[in-house]
Amino acid sequence: MKTTKLMIVAVGGQGNILAARVLGEAALAATVPVRMSEFHGMAQRGGVVESMVLLGEGDSYCIADGDTDVLLSFEPSETIRAANKCSPDSVIITNTAKVPPHTVALGQTDYPDIAAAMELLAGRVRHLIAYDATSLAVKAGSSLALNMVMLGALARSGAVSLPPDLFEQIIRSKTKKQFMDINLKAFELGMQVF
Amino acid sequence: MHMLLKNSPEETILMLGNEAIARGALEAGVAFTTAYPGTPSSEIALQFFQISRESDLYFEYSANEKVALEVAAGAAMCGLRAMCTMKHVGLNVAADALMTLAYTGIVGGLVLVVADDPFMFSSQNEQDSRYYGKLSSLPVLEPSSVPEAKEMARYAFDLSEELKEPVILRTTTRINHSSGGVPLGPMGKRKTTGIFKKDPFSYVCIPSVSRRLHPKLIANFEKAQAIADRSPWNRIEGDGRWGIVCNGVSYGYVSDALKELGVSEDFRVLRIGFSHPFPEDLTRSFLEGCDKVLVAEEGEPYMEEAVRNCAQKAGLALMVKGKEEGLFSRLYEFDPVLVKKVITRFFTIADAPYRTIQTDDLPEAPPRPPNLCAGCPHRAAYVAIRAVFGNEAIYPTDIGCYTLGLLPPLNMGDFLIAMGAGVGTAGGFSRASGQKVVAFIGDSTFFHSGLSPLASAVFNHHDFTLVVLDNGTTAMTGHQPHPGADVSHLGLPHSRLSVEAAVKGLGVETVITVNPLKHRKMVAAVKELAEYKGVSVLIARAPCPLHERTLPHYEKKRPFYVNAEKCLNHRDCINKVACPAFYLENDRVFIDPHRCEGCAFCVQFCPENAILPIKQE
Repeated sequence: MKTTKLMIVAVGGQGNILAARVLGEAALAATVPVRMSEFHGMAQRGGVVESMVLLGEGDSYCIADGDTDVLLSFEPSETIRAANKCSPDSVIITNTAKVPPHTVALGQTDYPDIAAAMELLAGRVRHLIAYDATSLAVKAGSSLALNMVMLGALARSGAVSLPPDLFEQIIRSKTKKQFMDINLKAFELGMQVF
Repeated sequence: MHMLLKNSPEETILMLGNEAIARGALEAGVAFTTAYPGTPSSEIALQFFQISRESDLYFEYSANEKVALEVAAGAAMCGLRAMCTMKHVGLNVAADALMTLAYTGIVGGLVLVVADDPFMFSSQNEQDSRYYGKLSSLPVLEPSSVPEAKEMARYAFDLSEELKEPVILRTTTRINHSSGGVPLGPMGKRKTTGIFKKDPFSYVCIPSVSRRLHPKLIANFEKAQAIADRSPWNRIEGDGRWGIVCNGVSYGYVSDALKELGVSEDFRVLRIGFSHPFPEDLTRSFLEGCDKVLVAEEGEPYMEEAVRNCAQKAGLALMVKGKEEGLFSRLYEFDPVLVKKVITRFFTIADAPYRTIQTDDLPEAPPRPPNLCAGCPHRAAYVAIRAVFGNEAIYPTDIGCYTLGLLPPLNMGDFLIAMGAGVGTAGGFSRASGQKVVAFIGDSTFFHSGLSPLASAVFNHHDFTLVVLDNGTTAMTGHQPHPGADVSHLGLPHSRLSVEAAVKGLGVETVITVNPLKHRKMVAAVKELAEYKGVSVLIARAPCPLHERTLPHYEKKRPFYVNAEKCLNHRDCINKVACPAFYLENDRVFIDPHRCEGCAFCVQFCPENAILPIKQE
């Protein structure tokens, strides 16, 4: 089986690590070999959080530039930052709701033109799916469920060979009970993106 | 029950590398654990801390890595299995104890976990800890995968007891912070009390004793080398004529590259997992089958030198290369493609070109540097100190969240090298320049290594102000307790040490404590100390808002908003305070109520008093 290399990028607080965890647990439950690594340098203080998930046989825990099969991005400017991880065969699934860094919020730098960037990217990768995942999370009951919306879209996209019900099963057993209903609803809304 | 206490052998659990190390130690029956937190090692200690609260495992956050190692060594001398965890630079602190602990040896198993950080994701340097193996003559083990990290942690105790020496388990960030399925083994039984058998002429390292102990250490080294030579952690894979020597995560990159290139049968791979003492006999037999050899290792050319050394001893003239222009670098992390490219270049193998998509014409992603949090009292302290001294003072700083004061518009931080070094260097800056010097140190760092430089400064009549940025926790690494922290909410029987009493006890006569969020009072305190000659200490005390949120009985304070009618857009709030809760929209300032901590610091800067608390419904 070919290894699927998936990268998740997000801003601190968007639930990247939990999304990777659900994916990893789903893989483990499906007896698909899984290796993951995470980087969250001072994420609680506004930095970028990066997870890499490798599904299938192999020994590496990380993904090089141009070698990502799926880029799952929780924030559109982070999609641009991570674009060099993609090849023409990559699938990009990205949230379009902005989280401007404080440098932008305070007027020191500009936030990029996302629509223009997405148009360029769409022509360079196999498939680009861009949608407002944050508002779907809010619709599900909490903006914090963004990660589950993103996982729903990923599960439905077919970019990873894990069945959507398995994700739901893991969300039930591995995420916090008090958020379970919202998480499942968010996952469901993410699946309906297609 | 804590996940890592599950006694269900054969079950496979998704674990972080750091969790796997903790589990391996538990399977080995570790009874005594100590640490000073430091990324990327911190989660190992976190597991032990949690487990110690529901079992008879002993764990402590020691004041620094040297103390952590010494406490663990004491327990190991009584026959317990002990583990001590730290980041790579922590081992510099602990090294003094380690070097001579290698002479005395230990009785129970003692494993020192040291986590290196190639690329410096969260460190001040990327030193290669394997050289501590060489320096101390102690064994070094290096896992290549998460499941192996668990197995090696468990084995390290057996090795330690066999040799009666501490064993170094060396990881890199890409193992500590990676996850994978880890098959559980049976839980070990903990022996939680021991006996110390006195033997002063083996354990008290006066010169005459040490002269006998050093030969014993070298004999142990030779014994360890024989073990390394037949250790399953060191193995030869394949029987081709092209050789690759690799360790740690590089093994995974090499292994995947050879498979992807479809050239495995041309290669012979020496995977080193027990890297000190270096397995020379095994390496010699490996080299004898090779035409040329590439050494793939992150960091320094540790194995490359060892392999070349083996070749020379064996009289082999084959080419051994690793670190050089066009091949591997001593800098940063490797990745699978980098390793694959070097393999194809060195052995002249064709490979499909890499197809990273064009990105140079995309609009630039704005930088997203980490920042002091909304409501962070460090920001407030910096604003006040800059208001008094501006750029005239020299600001040596230290290691913690407050290092972020370096960023504009605060620009507070002129020199940073090591824990506690802000205090130490302050005396040199002040004597040599004659300028005002204001040094910064956090509360956890103060107890880690701020005490002796402060005593030294008082004794030597230096002239500087030390600002202890006391937020009541080790914030940077995840809010671990320290001697000055209040841990009453955890129900732990710990004493809380007073920073004031400590600095006064060290002879500092002028000490002021102030809440930095009260700007006028803070400025007054800074001004008072500005004219003082000698060593003075300003304790800027207010809790870390991120930590407060995790405490019982936490209640969010009322957030503030900018009253648009009152606001005249002076933007003092943004230009001086620069709290991340502010944002601009249509050229007007707003406060994000979800990010605002309600600290009311910015309120004190608005000339129109336009920043007001949101009325509660």
